[in-house]
Amino acid sequence: MRTFLPHIGRSQDNDNEPHGAPMLIRRPADILPSEITPQDVYRHRRRFMRDAGALALAGSALALGAWPRTSMASVRKLEPLLPSEFSTDEGLTEIESVTSYNNFYEFGTGKTDPMTHAHKMQVRPWTVSVEGLAARARTFDIEDLLRIAPLEERIYRLRCVEAWSMVIPWVGFPLSALLKEVEPLGSAKYVEFVTHYDPEIMNRRPIIDWPYTEGLRIDEAMHPLTILSVGLYGQVLPNQNGAPIRLVVPWKYGFKSAKSIVTIRLTENEPATAWNKAAPQEYGFYSNVNPEVRHPRWTQATERRIGELRRRPTLMFNGYGDQVAHLYQGMDLKTFY
Amino acid sequence: MSSSSLLAGLRSPAPALLVAIRIAVFTACLAPALLLANEWFAMRLGANPIEAVTHATGDWALRMLLITLAVTPLRRFTGLHWLIRLRRMLGLFAFFYASLHFAAYVWLDLYFDWGAIALDILERPFITVGFAAFVLMIPLAITSTQGAMRRMGGQRWQALHRSVYGIAILAVVHYWWLVKADIREPLIYALILAALLGVRAWWREQERRRQLAAIPGSPSFKGKVIRIVPK
Repeated sequence: MRTFLPHIGRSQDNDNEPHGAPMLIRRPADILPSEITPQDVYRHRRRFMRDAGALALAGSALALGAWPRTSMASVRKLEPLLPSEFSTDEGLTEIESVTSYNNFYEFGTGKTDPMTHAHKMQVRPWTVSVEGLAARARTFDIEDLLRIAPLEERIYRLRCVEAWSMVIPWVGFPLSALLKEVEPLGSAKYVEFVTHYDPEIMNRRPIIDWPYTEGLRIDEAMHPLTILSVGLYGQVLPNQNGAPIRLVVPWKYGFKSAKSIVTIRLTENEPATAWNKAAPQEYGFYSNVNPEVRHPRWTQATERRIGELRRRPTLMFNGYGDQVAHLYQGMDLKTFY
Repeated sequence: MSSSSLLAGLRSPAPALLVAIRIAVFTACLAPALLLANEWFAMRLGANPIEAVTHATGDWALRMLLITLAVTPLRRFTGLHWLIRLRRMLGLFAFFYASLHFAAYVWLDLYFDWGAIALDILERPFITVGFAAFVLMIPLAITSTQGAMRRMGGQRWQALHRSVYGIAILAVVHYWWLVKADIREPLIYALILAALLGVRAWWREQERRRQLAAIPGSPSFKGKVIRIVPK
């Protein structure tokens, strides 16, 4: 069941539209941050009562102009959103869980560390350099990236290698739309993603070879399921979820979906990836969700959907086999794990 | 009460005081379990409460194990010999939390999927050693009574209960191998365990030397040579 978002601000008029119906393209909402009730407050009055004091503080900080821009952005609504044929109709994971249970080791290895610390990251101004083997390689401002293609809502399953999963309504656009803009050369066989690293505000201990990097084969990167996400639950991406722009590759384990990307590089050779460097016998370059490939720490045969008590079986390619299995024809996925 | 009489009271507490201490320690040891249960039912354990319970019970099993191993060194350093009378309770609490940890895994996490549990134990090294540590604790818990100690005889009982050192090592390795990166926390437990085992090794070595030194003719014999030579 798809739960509908409570609408915030002025636009209340598309609540009754059937799913899949084309939506009217409206003028982007120019709502003042002060007009917006954060969604979790809207939905959870108890928490609102507890947080009321903090909000009051935030309000006064706003008045003084001292509140960081990132926090204002974190409640900004993204509109309009196109529905997607790739969306699942499974029940959504609560936004509280999506934004409080994160692996973002730059901000600490505890699941709630990113929620606590990620606000220190400034996500404006932000640029993404698209470089390497491309005819029109160049640097994009985040505001331009938001206009590369119409923003879509993509409700995807997310399967973490730690054997938990979520269903998240991402907001984003196909990575292919950006890559087409820069015209990749024929020699470009892979795409490398480099993420933001600022030792002043992030983890300085070398638990991973910072900055965190990830990679895809070019056909994986061009696949219509692969998106760059700029939001979730209809709102601007919270910092702990990888603001202002992150990768989402739903048929691979979550760590492939790099957060807070600053460089996208087209390369001829397979790029090194952060977890593969940290533990090559555990994390391969491909890291497709695969219940058949055993992992030394977690069973990959089953998973716990956050919010549920019983485990459920893990699906090959996280249930996206119909769309992506052909990419790996003739490959031994136990070798190329 | 003057400080010297307080000290004297601590050195050999009255039976009533000892009972009070035992009740206080028991309550303190049980408190984490009660708080955890309360958080569970109040749904305050975050997005993945099963993981939270599994981790918390595992943490406390390891902590109680190390506290139990700290009793003997603490007793020798402070001279508070009655501390030994808390050791069995502390050890049983270590087993209690290990049992909760195992139950959380078998029941909450895998819901009695014995096939998956068997695969875990066989295939995942951190679970193999964790399971071994738990299984090895069972005979210690069973033989923790006065009656068992009497039936076994002091020496055999002590020999069996020395396996707690191995269990503690397995437990720390279990935690170490579980973490993906950032081994700081398991490292802290490992250092504490190393100190607790190291002080015992040192005592043993001192004892060996002392015994050696008491044997006339040994290279380290330090006793006075009393010649009994007829004049």
